[in-house]
Amino acid sequence: MSNMRDPLATARGLGSAKDGVNHWWMQRITAIALMVLSPWFIYFAVSLIGADHSTVRAMIAQPLNATLLVSFIIALYWHARLGLQVVVEDYVHGWQELALQLVIKFAYAIAAIASIIAIGRIVFSA
Amino acid sequence: MAARERPLSPHLQVYKPQITSTLSIIHRITGVVLAIGALFVTAWLVSVASDAECFAWSQQILGAWYGKLALFIFSACMIYHLLNGIRHLLWDIGWGMEIQTVQKTGYLVILLSVILTGLLWFVAMRGGAL
Repeated sequence: MSNMRDPLATARGLGSAKDGVNHWWMQRITAIALMVLSPWFIYFAVSLIGADHSTVRAMIAQPLNATLLVSFIIALYWHARLGLQVVVEDYVHGWQELALQLVIKFAYAIAAIASIIAIGRIVFSA
Repeated sequence: MAARERPLSPHLQVYKPQITSTLSIIHRITGVVLAIGALFVTAWLVSVASDAECFAWSQQILGAWYGKLALFIFSACMIYHLLNGIRHLLWDIGWGMEIQTVQKTGYLVILLSVILTGLLWFVAMRGGAL
């Protein structure tokens, strides 16, 4: 059967949602990042067991730790947001779906920003 | 046009639970748990950035039995989701799609999840204050 698709549409390759495979691809990229950052985060969290407030602040304020922690937070929230979107698409329908998708998008954006500001405060005041 | 009751495909309940489908739904459930748990990581970071009183409060919660239980669930979910996520990434590059391999890696993920979670908590409990 001959190809019914407009060659230009094939060349652009973004489909009807004009989003292409962006969601799928970002889910994988953040997954690969988290494959490295999550074990580091667990290691970092365990190393903080029993530490007092000033020690925890000093540990987070170390440049490498702060960098990895911000990276972890961004990858984590991006990945979580994309994952929750798919779960809601599967189980929630109608106006509740739209409302929940918006709540998740805003809540996870705000949580990511709040985390980064908190880390910034620790880094610049430790 | 009024919505009509359309015939549905057989419900999931009629299928015998299998290692493949069970691990798949656990992957999704642990993902949702981790997404919610992430918000608590943020709350903890905000408490560290805040004053000593707020930090002491969050440490008190983490040290209590329900805090430790939440941390245990969060860490177990993270380890499982991470290991099973590697399985998913391998499938994405076309590796391990044969049913025997899928089953083998499935059991391997369960085994490694239990071992690593146990190891993590052995180290954590020896670490002192937690």
